[in-house]
Amino acid sequence: MSITEGGPLERAGKVNFGGITKEVNLAYVPEAKVGDYVIVHVGFAISIVDAEEAARVFEYLKEMNELEELA
Amino acid sequence: MDKTKNKIDLTLSCPRPLEPGDRVLLAHGGGGKLMNSLIETVFRPAFSNPILNQNHDSSVMTVNGVRLAFTTDSYVVHPPFFPGGDIGDLAVNGTVNDLSMSGSRPLYLSAGFILEEGFPMESLKRVVQSMSRAAAVAKVQFVTGDTKVVDKGKGDGIFINTAGIGVIEHALTIGPKSVQPGDVLLVNGDLGRHGIAVMAVREGLEFQTTIESDTAPLSTLVQDLLSNGIRAHCLRDLTRGGLASALNEIAESARVTIAIDESQIPVREDVRGACEILGFDPLYVANEGRLVAFVDKDDAERALALMNQNPHGAGSAVIGSVTKETGPLVTMKNRIGVSRIVDMLSGEQLPRIC
Amino acid sequence: MKYLDEYRDEKGVRQLVQELHRITTKPWTIMEICGGQTHSIVKYGLDELIPKNLTLVHGPGCPVCVTPLELIDKAVQIASRPEVIFCSFGDMLRVPGSKYDLFAVKARGGDVRIVYSPMDAVKVAEQNPMKQVVFFAVGFETTAPANAMAAYQARERGLDNFSILVSHVLVPPAMEALLSSPDNKVQGFLAAGHVCTVMGFTEYVPIARKYKVPIVVTGFEPLDIIQGILMCVKQLEEGRFEVENQYARSVREKGNVPAQELIRQVFQVVPRRWRGLGEIPQSGLGLRAEFKELDAERRFGLADFSVEEPAECMAGAVLRGVKKPRECAAFGTRCTPERPLGAPMVSSEGACAAYFRYKGVEAKKHG
Repeated sequence: MSITEGGPLERAGKVNFGGITKEVNLAYVPEAKVGDYVIVHVGFAISIVDAEEAARVFEYLKEMNELEELA
Repeated sequence: MDKTKNKIDLTLSCPRPLEPGDRVLLAHGGGGKLMNSLIETVFRPAFSNPILNQNHDSSVMTVNGVRLAFTTDSYVVHPPFFPGGDIGDLAVNGTVNDLSMSGSRPLYLSAGFILEEGFPMESLKRVVQSMSRAAAVAKVQFVTGDTKVVDKGKGDGIFINTAGIGVIEHALTIGPKSVQPGDVLLVNGDLGRHGIAVMAVREGLEFQTTIESDTAPLSTLVQDLLSNGIRAHCLRDLTRGGLASALNEIAESARVTIAIDESQIPVREDVRGACEILGFDPLYVANEGRLVAFVDKDDAERALALMNQNPHGAGSAVIGSVTKETGPLVTMKNRIGVSRIVDMLSGEQLPRIC
Repeated sequence: MKYLDEYRDEKGVRQLVQELHRITTKPWTIMEICGGQTHSIVKYGLDELIPKNLTLVHGPGCPVCVTPLELIDKAVQIASRPEVIFCSFGDMLRVPGSKYDLFAVKARGGDVRIVYSPMDAVKVAEQNPMKQVVFFAVGFETTAPANAMAAYQARERGLDNFSILVSHVLVPPAMEALLSSPDNKVQGFLAAGHVCTVMGFTEYVPIARKYKVPIVVTGFEPLDIIQGILMCVKQLEEGRFEVENQYARSVREKGNVPAQELIRQVFQVVPRRWRGLGEIPQSGLGLRAEFKELDAERRFGLADFSVEEPAECMAGAVLRGVKKPRECAAFGTRCTPERPLGAPMVSSEGACAAYFRYKGVEAKKHG
């Protein structure tokens, strides 16, 4: 994601979706910075993806696997 | 009806059915079910004959012992210039490909231009140059043509119609009716690029991409298969409505069940990204240089190798097979291993709200 | 693509499905609120992977499906005016009004345009100062920040040729209406991840307590949905009824505060009629007095009218989760995506369209 600064409500960024880019309004994610992953809805970023939370389910799956191996 | 009204009004509400179409809608040209119904209720009753009823991209007829393929197509793409090509490339490749789908070698084309008053001469020259180049690549000649100009506001800059004739130099009957259980399905590369490339430059949906249209003539690829003795039972180019619509049409004509595997269908990452944004399914997105080939299962491996060697077949893949003599049905094993029905598109795909 | 592909992984999904089978001992009925989730469930066939005694009912969370008929008729009226450019999200164009849909308006010469974002409609207004540009602002809380911004920016920029036709709806009041309805069967909810991304999930806590239903804020990918179901069933089996957050990578407890602030500046809570559910108090958003001049209904002097909706189809029962699409006599016969009787057959998020597309008509009787 790259960011073009404007007024606080016109803050926009270029968001990359698997190789294609679309300009997205960043007014609602003022703390977003270049490199962040964002959730986009009808042209607006509505949240920044939390990498730690995102990894949680995979840790859970891994633990399940390890438990199975012990069993 | 519910008698127990409590906090919410439990009246079942729903709209009345709409009057059956009294006007032509855009979706009537969208390659989906509505267009089929237009053909079956308006065109076929008026024109029906055995050649037309072959229901293929190009019709095959025998004239003095020579088997010829004949087809026509109109090109109204907007905007006329898009990443990877223009309306001129499409007008040649589209018709060449329709001819190729009956296994013919394309020979001659006609060109009809409908131009809107005020269309830039420079743009027209560019389109014509593209047509000339594409014709040279596909080894076809324009042998007749026509030009009409309509008042400003009565056209969309430029419309082109091309018709084409090809000659058939093999003994196979290529078409849905020849499809058999066991046939293997191959595509000649990644899907969905043309539709996304055009969509990307349309007003209102602007996004930036390096995706270029896949527009290409498929005549040499088809000739490579046939001249090497591949028993191709059916060939279909994957234009409007994409792979899903093509397979549904073939399943319908051949009365078979087709099963494909999502994980084997090549789709580029950037095309998938664009589809995520727009809420599209790449299986329904248009291509202009892609085909699906139904080949005898014993020839599949050789066909794949031959296709991969052709410049327009790098990235070819086996995507499924004909599984049953009953149908019509198209199913797809999805990414998480569950089989689902792949339906035909109703109209054009619409960008959805979330 | 990162954060998408790994959530569509067969192995992970299978593993959670196995766990779900292990912990499920009783029959349970769970509703996924959001149409996006319904689409994923049916597209990926998740309903066929879960234990047989779990029933998923598809909630009213498809903005296209719940927009009331009279509003479609109003949209058709406005879009038919020669001075108007009518902008809408794509899938609203096929929703049948009492006589026409917006596609038919286009076929009759109306200037109807599909936009990706409400801000694109603002742009159209700037580029066409001689035209009246109207945006059809439908949607749940997820779309409200974007629509609020469009209204706010149009006013800031002094665009006097821009207005919006508003049909915004809110999830929690609809959930309460469903739960207090006498034929309610829903025992647990998957709340909509993107709605909660905007609004947070504190407003669900009293609902979970009052009606003793577990509510799990859930994402949209197969792995998310199966995990959401798993968390919900776990609560049901253990007799708990809490609000849990499966979609924590996007949803924070308080939601997106700047977005909520702008929504509150532009919109106020109003009663709203839902297609299939009827009028629900405090269940929608309408423009605040300060933004009244942007109200398209006012600008074009549309009188309030209500349209009688004949009961041929059972969209209402489908939207309340009382009936499955295939239990409808019209499903796949008199009602298809080409000629929809009811809105759930229109949008790809609508339960009927999703069933039609991915499950076909054949097995209808067994649905």
